[in-house]
Amino acid sequence: MLAYALRRLLSTIPVMAIVALLVFSLLYLTPGDPAVVLAGEQASETDIARLRTAMALDKPYAERFLIWVGGAVRGDLGVSVFSNRPVIELIVQRLEPTVALTLGSLLIAIVLAVPLGTLAAWRSGGALDRIVMGFAVFGFSIPVFVLGYLLIILFSVHWDLLPVQGYRPIAYGVGPFLEHLALPALSLGIVNAALIARITRASMLDVLNQDYMRTARAKGLSTSRILIRHGLRNAAVPIVTIIGIGFAMLISGVVVTETVFNIPGLGRLTVDAILRRDYPVIQGVILVFSLTYVVVNLLVDLSYGLFDPRIRY
Amino acid sequence: MSAPIAVSAIAPEKSLLRDSARDHPGLFAGAVLLLLVIVAALAAPWLGTVDPQAIAVLDRLETPGREYWFGADLIGRDVYSRTLYGARVSLQVGLGVAALALSIGLLIGLISGFSKAADTVLMRVMDGLMSIPSVLLAVALIALTGASLGNVIIALAIAEVPRVARLVRSVVVSLRGQPFVEAAITAGTRFHLILWRHILPNTIAPLLVQGTYIFASAVLTESILSFIGAGTPPAIPSWGNIIAEGRTVFQFAPHIVLFPGIALSLTVLAVNLVGDGLRDALDPRFVQRG
Repeated sequence: MLAYALRRLLSTIPVMAIVALLVFSLLYLTPGDPAVVLAGEQASETDIARLRTAMALDKPYAERFLIWVGGAVRGDLGVSVFSNRPVIELIVQRLEPTVALTLGSLLIAIVLAVPLGTLAAWRSGGALDRIVMGFAVFGFSIPVFVLGYLLIILFSVHWDLLPVQGYRPIAYGVGPFLEHLALPALSLGIVNAALIARITRASMLDVLNQDYMRTARAKGLSTSRILIRHGLRNAAVPIVTIIGIGFAMLISGVVVTETVFNIPGLGRLTVDAILRRDYPVIQGVILVFSLTYVVVNLLVDLSYGLFDPRIRY
Repeated sequence: MSAPIAVSAIAPEKSLLRDSARDHPGLFAGAVLLLLVIVAALAAPWLGTVDPQAIAVLDRLETPGREYWFGADLIGRDVYSRTLYGARVSLQVGLGVAALALSIGLLIGLISGFSKAADTVLMRVMDGLMSIPSVLLAVALIALTGASLGNVIIALAIAEVPRVARLVRSVVVSLRGQPFVEAAITAGTRFHLILWRHILPNTIAPLLVQGTYIFASAVLTESILSFIGAGTPPAIPSWGNIIAEGRTVFQFAPHIVLFPGIALSLTVLAVNLVGDGLRDALDPRFVQRG
């Protein structure tokens, strides 16, 4: 197990190297002088020259890439063109809201989707199944920002139950923190739940047809025990896999949700950086998000052994 | 599995389409809904619309009623007209991205499936591309190349290519070992004929299904990009842009966000239904299961 984990960890290095190369090269794929592109339309000649030296744009491509990667490995992602502050500092500052939103919506998605998908498979073809599958198709089609506005209009404007927008750090108290997190996490959670519910249902349908399920029923086990201990555990691998794959969608969703709900997280940082063409920040944020995605999928891979002891490494 | 498989992948489609309303209600409903959106987009000038850019400051934020069916926006433009014209943008993006991603992905997948040497390099690059969340990748590309509809389409297509390439590669690899392909090679059939007769026909069905999902995801992502201000130029009335403009006033004028939002959701829903329906209709396993 440990050897496998180590091997898998090592295998992520080439992927990350390619991601780094892609993210770094984006700037040079575009036509024109990168210094001119970065400095923007109103920049003067001196601004451009200053930027060129500051970002080492006068050095050869390979050398620049090595400088950037060398820095990134040590946690130095360069300096923001706009605010002149280290990119890593900006990222760390904005981390808490984004982590809270991601974990919150993931929790809501799993708590909603897994039981619903299981029940849909158990009563497949019935009314409950149709409702759940209908919810899944709609949830998959409604953009997260449209859903976000619908929820704000209902819960905040119409019923006045929750704050409209904004974010309160957990340090200011758990109550306000949860109040502000509820709607954004719910919007993003519902969209993600649609995907997970579909896979849960499909995976459970496969498992429910197995002989050992009939045996479990014949032994007189309770329905909940059959579904959870015998069913869900055997259906877990595809479910965990889709949670990992869906994480990419979740990251994209975070960027949008933070805009809808005015949450000062990494998503807002990205959007602001784009509007200001602050390329070091864009590079840094994309690298951090991609690294997270790769690590999450590494953990998903490693978790297979927990759910299915037949999978040995 | 012999040569006729190439035919069987296409032939049932005709009869299935005829009975689709009965056998595939999802596909039928999706197709009808999608057709409505296409008609709305094409016939936008004749469906009771006015100039989508016409400004009437006195009517700003007018609520939906007899004069403004979907209300008016911040500077008094007709939200109904803008929503209908917005369908044009979304359909262009969906079609453009699907066509571009499918053709580039098909090419990379074919090369990767036939050449071991190219395979290693290409698939690692695809792995890397897939690890970058598509919205962020598109956003970075557009931030650098400048916002235009064409750049949005290219950026979204690049993000979708890896999935297509992997799909095509898996089809090629599984076909390469099939007896009918080996027989063709043994018989001395030239490479381009094997490709044309045996490989390409078998990629049509999976690519068609994948294409609809790319279409749906492109429409959705374009609206996301426009919404966060990094997509289609603000002057073009795309659904994401209309919603972005209504963002600041949605608490007392929710109609500006709501109507394009509904149009967007229904379009994506329609394409997803068509995709699911095609998948079930074209997959022999699903047909047998009934």
